[in-house]
Amino acid sequence: MPGQKFGPAWFPGMIAGGLGLCGLLLVVAGVRQGGPWLALPDWVRRRRPLLGVAGVVAGLLFYIFAADELGFHLTGIALLTAWLRILGCSWRVAAIVGVVATVVIHLAFYKLLRIPLPWGVFEQYAF
Amino acid sequence: MLFEAFRLVFDPHVLGVIFASAAFGLFVGAVPGLTATMATALLVPVTFFMDPVPAIASIVTATAMAIFAGDIPSCLLRMPGTPASAAYTDEAYAMTRKGQGELALGAGLVFSVIGGLFGTAVLIVAAPALAEVALRFSSFEYFWLVSLGLLCAVFIAFANPLKGIVSLLLGLLVASVGLDNPAGFPRFTFGNAELTGGLTLIPIMIGMFAVSEIIRSVSRIDEPWEMAQAKIGNVFRGMWGHARRYKLPVLRGSILGTAIGVLPGAGADIASWMSYAISKRFSKEPEKFGTGHIEGIIEAGASNNSALAGAWVPALVFGIPGDSITAIVIGVLYIKGLNPGPSIFINNAVSIYAIFIVFVLANLLMLPLGVAAIKSAKQLLRAPRKVLMPVILLFCVVGSFAINNSMFGVVLMLAFGLVAYLMEENGFPVAPAILGMVLGAMLEEHFIRAMIRADGNFMVFFERPIAGSLGAMTLIVICVPLIRWLLRSRMEIPGGGTK
Repeated sequence: MPGQKFGPAWFPGMIAGGLGLCGLLLVVAGVRQGGPWLALPDWVRRRRPLLGVAGVVAGLLFYIFAADELGFHLTGIALLTAWLRILGCSWRVAAIVGVVATVVIHLAFYKLLRIPLPWGVFEQYAF
Repeated sequence: MLFEAFRLVFDPHVLGVIFASAAFGLFVGAVPGLTATMATALLVPVTFFMDPVPAIASIVTATAMAIFAGDIPSCLLRMPGTPASAAYTDEAYAMTRKGQGELALGAGLVFSVIGGLFGTAVLIVAAPALAEVALRFSSFEYFWLVSLGLLCAVFIAFANPLKGIVSLLLGLLVASVGLDNPAGFPRFTFGNAELTGGLTLIPIMIGMFAVSEIIRSVSRIDEPWEMAQAKIGNVFRGMWGHARRYKLPVLRGSILGTAIGVLPGAGADIASWMSYAISKRFSKEPEKFGTGHIEGIIEAGASNNSALAGAWVPALVFGIPGDSITAIVIGVLYIKGLNPGPSIFINNAVSIYAIFIVFVLANLLMLPLGVAAIKSAKQLLRAPRKVLMPVILLFCVVGSFAINNSMFGVVLMLAFGLVAYLMEENGFPVAPAILGMVLGAMLEEHFIRAMIRADGNFMVFFERPIAGSLGAMTLIVICVPLIRWLLRSRMEIPGGGTK
């Protein structure tokens, strides 16, 4: 910025320089050490962990995109039930825990702490 | 004033909060995969709505309990409940297999309390004294202090300083997003309103400390837990004898733990590794280590709990976190109007004394509540991960949302959760990144202000006595590992191979 000797670009510039240098050094060290370019952890070859991690990420993305439309309660119950099933709970446990935990979080956060959790499709029934 | 502070703490509501957070902390600590830092991150959305003293009290109590409770699964499952117990997990498990589980658990409890009280004593004495000195600090001193802290975080604790630096720089980069810089110029906002105010740190920390742990747990969900059988009677039997026999290791562990706690970036887990190593090095019977010997557990157990209190010294006096727990706490302090800095002991003296009282109380409460936790350990450890992890995850989602009532918090949580998981799996420590995020604004502000005052002449940074010595120390911290590295690579080249 004009008129300022040490403007807003100073600090990010230094960070960028440092990151570039460190990145270069790490690349050099990595190449000298050899080894594969990309190594996958062994859990990606096991079904339940792989599904579980994928489910966690996909579920959170689903919440981010759908919760405002569908509302916290519907999304919460659906997500919990799905996650519990993927990790190996029975349908019965998954459904019960899903509903109970969602209701408890509703009571704690919406009622007690007054967080405006989205109601979504249930807007007119909000209480 | 002290009376006023006591009145604040011994209020039924505050005592209720303390007991509830104690139970929460014991549970989180005892379940492998849930850490003390995670407990703090999960508590923040709840403390949002409390008065300052109960809010801080809940974090102090929960973390103290969690660090102790981490010893329980070490003894019974050969899995550390929190990373702070990892150093002596094999030792503790070996004791259980020899039929001494009761002794190992008792030692974990008693010497956690002693270490915690030692760290608390140092906090109570050192913090106000340090604040007296710090009141005269200018931007030059603060700049060096922050630099020194950040560099300590990178160089002291981790195997690969280069990866530590990358982590630190990423943290600083995150801190530089938004309008909140000395020039008031929007940086890295891409015209996005959510980014203009800068990235909110609490959802980021929930992501880095909770979501990444959940991902790690889920990726190991098919590895079963096997519990060792242990008959647990009176855990205090023989403790007095051990305390007398090992008073030097206890003292050494407590001192080292507090010191590591005070150093930015390194906390209870590193303290316990270092103390265990030192205990073995100076023991009269080092050959017994690893076969189920109590000495290392005593020293490291005292060390990790003392580190917890030590970390609060720089956090309260300078606003520089001593470990990742206090990195979160600093955010809470600002929200509660208890802005950290040397003047906190003048402006908010009553609240600070109340926090000190909570520290003592939490460590004393650990004795009865710890016994209860040990007695019910079997039930605690039966809590199924496959139920726990999804519920905690939904809790994280709501907690991240609650900070600004904005879905952007959830986005940040997911993004940084993934980043933290990938970083840790590839040997990049997360603590320097957190430190960079918390201290970035402070570092830049003091640097720019000092540069303007010095008119661009860097030598002015060394002109004031304290600033000069801090600056010299910073340069030493940078140069020592560099020289060591150069010497080593010099010696390696003739041999023509890596180590």
